[in-house]
Amino acid sequence: MSHSLSINKRTGIWDWLTTVDHKKIGIMYLAAAGLFFVIGGIEAFLMRLQLMYPNNDLFVGSTFNQLMTMHGTTMIFFVAMPAIFGFMNAVVPLQIGARDVAFPFLNSLGFWLFFLGGILLNVSWFAGGAPEGGWTAYAPLSSSSLYTGTGLDYYVLGLQISGAGSLMGGINFLVTIINMRAPGMTFMRMPLFTWTSFVISALILFAFPPLTVGLFLMFFDRLFDANFFDPTGGGNVVIWEHLFWIFGHPEVYILVLPAFGIFSEVIPTFSKKRLFGYHSMVFATVLIGFLGFMVWVHHMFTVGLGPLANSIFAVATMAIAVPTGIKIFNWLFTLWGGQIRFTTANIFALGFIPSFVMGGVTGVMLAMAPADFQFQDSYFVVAHFHYVILGGTVFGLFAGLYYWWPKIFGRMLNETLGKWHFWLFFIGFHITFFPQHLLGVWGMPRRVFTYLPNQGLDTGNFISTVGAFFMGAAVIVFLFNVIWTTKRGERAVNDPWDGRSLEWSISSPAPEYNFAQIPQIRGLDAYWVEKMAGNKEMKPSEPLGEIHMPSPSILPLIMSLGLFISSFGFIYHNYYIAGAGLLITFACMFIRSIKDDHGYHIKPDEMSERDRGITA
Amino acid sequence: MIQWQHVKRLIPLIGVMMLTLTGCGKPYLSALDPKGPVAEMQLSLIKLSLYIMIGVVLVVAIIFTYVLIRYRKRPNQDGIPEQVEGSAKLEILWTVIPIILLIILAVPMVSQTFTLAKDYSGESDTVRVKVIAHQFWWEFEYPDLGIKTAQELYIPTGKKIQFEITSADVIHAFWVPALGGKIDANPGMVNKMWLEADEPGVYQGRCAELCGASHALMDFSVIAVSSGEFEDWVKEMKTPPTETVDADLAKQGEEFFNQSCITCHAVNGTGGNFGPDLSTFGDRQKIAGILEFNEENLERWLKDPQGVKPGNKMPNLNLNDEQISGLVEYLVNLKR
Repeated sequence: MSHSLSINKRTGIWDWLTTVDHKKIGIMYLAAAGLFFVIGGIEAFLMRLQLMYPNNDLFVGSTFNQLMTMHGTTMIFFVAMPAIFGFMNAVVPLQIGARDVAFPFLNSLGFWLFFLGGILLNVSWFAGGAPEGGWTAYAPLSSSSLYTGTGLDYYVLGLQISGAGSLMGGINFLVTIINMRAPGMTFMRMPLFTWTSFVISALILFAFPPLTVGLFLMFFDRLFDANFFDPTGGGNVVIWEHLFWIFGHPEVYILVLPAFGIFSEVIPTFSKKRLFGYHSMVFATVLIGFLGFMVWVHHMFTVGLGPLANSIFAVATMAIAVPTGIKIFNWLFTLWGGQIRFTTANIFALGFIPSFVMGGVTGVMLAMAPADFQFQDSYFVVAHFHYVILGGTVFGLFAGLYYWWPKIFGRMLNETLGKWHFWLFFIGFHITFFPQHLLGVWGMPRRVFTYLPNQGLDTGNFISTVGAFFMGAAVIVFLFNVIWTTKRGERAVNDPWDGRSLEWSISSPAPEYNFAQIPQIRGLDAYWVEKMAGNKEMKPSEPLGEIHMPSPSILPLIMSLGLFISSFGFIYHNYYIAGAGLLITFACMFIRSIKDDHGYHIKPDEMSERDRGITA
Repeated sequence: MIQWQHVKRLIPLIGVMMLTLTGCGKPYLSALDPKGPVAEMQLSLIKLSLYIMIGVVLVVAIIFTYVLIRYRKRPNQDGIPEQVEGSAKLEILWTVIPIILLIILAVPMVSQTFTLAKDYSGESDTVRVKVIAHQFWWEFEYPDLGIKTAQELYIPTGKKIQFEITSADVIHAFWVPALGGKIDANPGMVNKMWLEADEPGVYQGRCAELCGASHALMDFSVIAVSSGEFEDWVKEMKTPPTETVDADLAKQGEEFFNQSCITCHAVNGTGGNFGPDLSTFGDRQKIAGILEFNEENLERWLKDPQGVKPGNKMPNLNLNDEQISGLVEYLVNLKR
């Protein structure tokens, strides 16, 4: 008797470097995001230490600006984005009853581009200083080497490379969700997490090209002395702001919508009810995605675009509150009448509701252009977007981790440690960021490394830093939980939470081929429907047969390495190295194009008995 | 545990309400303590939105708390709760109410946006000021009065000040919280904004857009004085002191200044425009916009400008003690 292990021809590190299995790529995304989260968190903590007292001189001037820029850039591009891609990879194919994503090779390439982009950016710390233009990198501070060192070159190229990876990921998931749903899995039967993944994939498709274009313009300004953003050469500094925010505003929805999706999975599961108002939830998701593109100018009310532009964009921005409100009340009414279990995954989801509502209402306040003249670029904004991104995305990611950990890794995270994690994080989060609303309206601009004593800013900053200690402790508890669980955590059963969607109907962790037989979907909450009908398993839609699998490949890694090497050539103006790096990438593309690779097949007798539906 | 969560969420809300109502924070920096019509208008809008938003948060908080207490899973609770699909009535309700609330906010918001964008430069009672932001100092020019200052902006109370704001290098933002909201200083473009101060006082101004290493230290002061005092100030500025310094030390300082500093700094109309105009330096309230004005701090600045304001454009001239004491003596005596 053989089992699934015999299929793996490659093992150890080589397996991870060459894998095209979406579940393993998902794990790599999560692990890389975790690594960058620790780096970005340390940067944040050092900033809060500097701001603990007025006139402190721990990290001043350029050093502080580097910490601040790297914190923002890292958290957005190298923590939140990849963590979301991690969950999409780990969960979406399982939720729609697919054996894989549409383009497994592209999936691997997307990961390696993101990862090496992130490494490239962090190399800047050791190569003459990190970027220091803020995560938004406004021109001409960032576009002209007159004002900044090579750090900004690392920023431009690091984001360009990882952005290409994100774009690939987005396209891949659009195609996967459109084409690879199991029989019976209509769009209106898709779980909400898959829905949000679908919508954000579309957002990525439209939002990343403007960033790519903007980064290329900045690349030309910096490396070849072009004048796109230089007013003395006929350029315009506001072009970058538009390009950046046409990308940047949808980006915040790219980050928060999947978190909404996670809450829409977690809350129904742990209140044992179906999601209240599923149809309006889907509609609200699509509407938020659409409106996300219409409102970028609300980041630019103080640029001087005039009262008409400001009014139009202000009203459009406020409109987003409506679909968001629909979502909040639908979650509340999902809980209404249910049997609520306070698992760690669920308390993260529940803690999200009040926290995010506070971030949401300050969003409406910020949307009002004249009021924004006071808020813009002050600590009020810092407080607002941390309430949204931490209170939304990060709470969502933690909820998702506790919820899907058993499915991804086959072990349960410890619940007691999980609750410590939650309470330390939740309390620390509010202590850190609540006072920042006040600091903002009391006159503290964002991105400052110090403030003068006796201007009313001392106490607020001190409290805020104290909160950062709590959050740091929470993350340490979480990391300890991960290590401890990996070593001696309880083994997970297939369906530990009495789940509703398809991923809970298969083994934990899922076998390489996901579903031995593609299931037949008979309704929303597919697995729950079967459980209610008294079935233990999904009904198969096909007879048991050979499963076609894609071959692993090292090419995505080498392709990404080529661009990584080429970046150094551009940064240090050595065009031989730049060319050599590009040559490596193109050579890999050529090999990939001419080499016939039909993958391999898994035979039914290689599958585990449980997956074949044979009760052991 | 659940009740604590409820209480915890309310504490900050009550806090915000109290602080807003009492107008807490230090005077002259806080946007919650407006000292002019622009800041007042903006605060009234902030308050309106804040009250509506507190209402929204309270509704959510009440339903949330009720649900968590009422519907938590009890031990030995079996069975499956009713699988409710949704409710068209309820969903329409929580779509329509937010729309109404947003309309209530949108109407004054749009009207105020246009009020604040008015251009008063044509009116006779308006003081026009050109603001040019530099890394990391502020230049103020009164085109109708023929006066230029740096770091300190004198304005008369009760009159509209019409600003034309631009930048000499990177993007900065001009912000005086107690008088009104900010607007960006973009290189190659001119932005207009008006402010007005109701009462005399020194209002703290800051740069709000990241502009480089010393962004945090790019402060300035707006000094509002009565109309009469303002006119006196204008007169004094236009008739520079003939000879207020006679001490040898100051003479030495002046000579050194004319050799080394004058390429960047102007005094009484002669000199470069790369650094701030120092014509009435002795009247300043701050050194470099951040240090208290005294001879000790001036020495500190001259000895190590990069240490005080990292990344600024003033080089360390490696002055000896004699040169420094001469310069200090000369500069502090540059008074109206």
